[in-house]
Amino acid sequence: MMSALEIKELAISRGGRPLFQGLNLNLSAGQACALTGRNGSGKTSLLRAIAGLLSADTGEIGFGEQDPDQARRTEIHLVGHADGLKSGQTARDELAFWTRWSGGNLSSLDSAIDRLDIRRLLDLEVRRLSAGQKRRLALARLLAAPRTLWLLDEPLSPLDSVWRTRFGEMMSDHLGSGGMIVAAIHDPLPIPAQVLEINP
Amino acid sequence: MSLAWELLKRETALSWGRGGGPLVSAGFYLGVATLLPLAAGPEPARLAAVAPGVAWMTLALATLLGLDRLFERDYEDGALDLLTLSPLPLEFVCALKCLGQWLATGLPLALAAPITEIALGGSPTLAPLVLVSALVGGLAFAFASGIGAALSLGARRGGLLTAVIVLPLFTPPVIFGGGALDAFASGLPWSAGFVLLCAYAAAAIALGPLAMAAACRNALS
Amino acid sequence: MISAPAFLSNPERFMAFSRWAAPLFGGLAVLLAITGLWLGFTAPEDYQQGDTVRIMFIHVPAAWLSMFAYFCLGIASFLSLVFRHALADAAAKSAAPLGAGFTALALVTGSLWGRPMWGTWWVWDARLTSVLVLFLFYLAYMALRSALDDETKAARACAILALVGLVNLPVVHWSVNWWNSLHQGVTVFAKGGPKMAPVFLVPLLLMVLAYMAAFGALWLVRIRGEVWRRRADAALSRLART
Repeated sequence: MMSALEIKELAISRGGRPLFQGLNLNLSAGQACALTGRNGSGKTSLLRAIAGLLSADTGEIGFGEQDPDQARRTEIHLVGHADGLKSGQTARDELAFWTRWSGGNLSSLDSAIDRLDIRRLLDLEVRRLSAGQKRRLALARLLAAPRTLWLLDEPLSPLDSVWRTRFGEMMSDHLGSGGMIVAAIHDPLPIPAQVLEINP
Repeated sequence: MSLAWELLKRETALSWGRGGGPLVSAGFYLGVATLLPLAAGPEPARLAAVAPGVAWMTLALATLLGLDRLFERDYEDGALDLLTLSPLPLEFVCALKCLGQWLATGLPLALAAPITEIALGGSPTLAPLVLVSALVGGLAFAFASGIGAALSLGARRGGLLTAVIVLPLFTPPVIFGGGALDAFASGLPWSAGFVLLCAYAAAAIALGPLAMAAACRNALS
Repeated sequence: MISAPAFLSNPERFMAFSRWAAPLFGGLAVLLAITGLWLGFTAPEDYQQGDTVRIMFIHVPAAWLSMFAYFCLGIASFLSLVFRHALADAAAKSAAPLGAGFTALALVTGSLWGRPMWGTWWVWDARLTSVLVLFLFYLAYMALRSALDDETKAARACAILALVGLVNLPVVHWSVNWWNSLHQGVTVFAKGGPKMAPVFLVPLLLMVLAYMAAFGALWLVRIRGEVWRRRADAALSRLART
């Protein structure tokens, strides 16, 4: 189990243009961090760097005592701008695949389906769903497969106010069970969290 | 291993459905084979001489269909991000994607290859070798072409670019397979070409995923 | 040049070095080419090929350089991929059109030579075919480079492609030879090859050196241009941010 997220003096540049330098962040079990900053400040890049998808110019990203590669393979959930769902597949097939892929089982998926109220969508093809419904499918992955660190990129934007509140409860539960959350967000996060503003 | 099996099932199903899957490939394959007598003239002697070669080359071209979507769709909808966050190495994921593509399109095309060869007037005794070399060659084509598909991720005009990258990679397997068929048809020892084709397929399966994974990581970064 | 990548990896040092090295190589290329061509055109006619043998002085060095340039491209790509060095990538990017140019020259002059010698513009000879595939590789490399907007990503993708080509090209070469020996009887080059007389060999070697020097000069000039373009590019994006 991952016990902490430690980012030291991180610098990232995109296309030859430096986004930020000297970024530090420490998160331990049960804590959340809201990344704020203007468009193009590098919130998404930071999340992708934590997930190991892009490499930093300098600095370190550590996951407690755990080996970074191992942590990324088994302990990180990423919800990006795109939900990773294939439009021609049914919601059921997509959820079942991604749940197994992230190390969850079908009984935990079943309770996640109830919690996100998507049971009546399961037999529909993904292309028939609205943006908010697709995002709920993506969030169901988080509950269906237990992974410690949630990396969320604008998770609330397609959700209505009811679902924003409910997802806030889900995030609180995750933190309560020793999880960690880093979320790039424009609105305030509906849970207590440290705020990290990214400035160039 | 159950993860790998899940992914292979999913990739095969997606390739099967991707742009009509095997139906489109088979339609393209038969269409090109039909154009040959119309273009080159229907004299049986002339057709029979080129039948194995045409059956073989058309197979290589049909492999290019749907190839541009092999990684591109996962790249666009964010699934490629999620595929990297798993216990399976990305190299293995890439290999499974190519294998799924082959199962959904290469396998049906290989079954159509001997039929085409006979319909064009080639010798029926050649059909088993056409089938087997189409199976092995299809694997070589699938893994070599995956490199092109992964490299052209995020590129403008990705589909055409993939073909331009992939066709030089197809040269050796086209030569080996065509050489084996040609030798068999003229009663010469044919096994050398076939063994070389198998060797190329093995090398493509071993080395192709390394290049594909590196290209995917680069595109995601 | 490539024997000292560590020395040249510093862009400032490279620019200082190439400022005088490029014209030096260029002057050397002109001198060597004038001598080589003069010797070549005053050499006696070949008893078999007559005057057309002189195409050899243009053709054979181009064919050699087509492969040499790919070798340079491969080395530069490897350095760019492993050490993520921008100058190595500039070198790889600059080598590709030059290599394609030499390859096209080899194909065209080969075809012009083939017409009087073999009675046809093109034969599916092993060497011609593998040079043609090499040309396709250059085209693929340049097409990939121009289709990717993000320069960092384009650099890495192209380096991967160049390395794939480096592995694949010997296989292509070998397979084409194998295929050619299967289709016997089209090998037009005399078996064993006639021993070349010094009157031909000396100008040929001079021309090879001239081509190498020309490649070196053009390569350095192109890399310099690429470095300047990137500096201008960086300055423009700094301007856009203020």
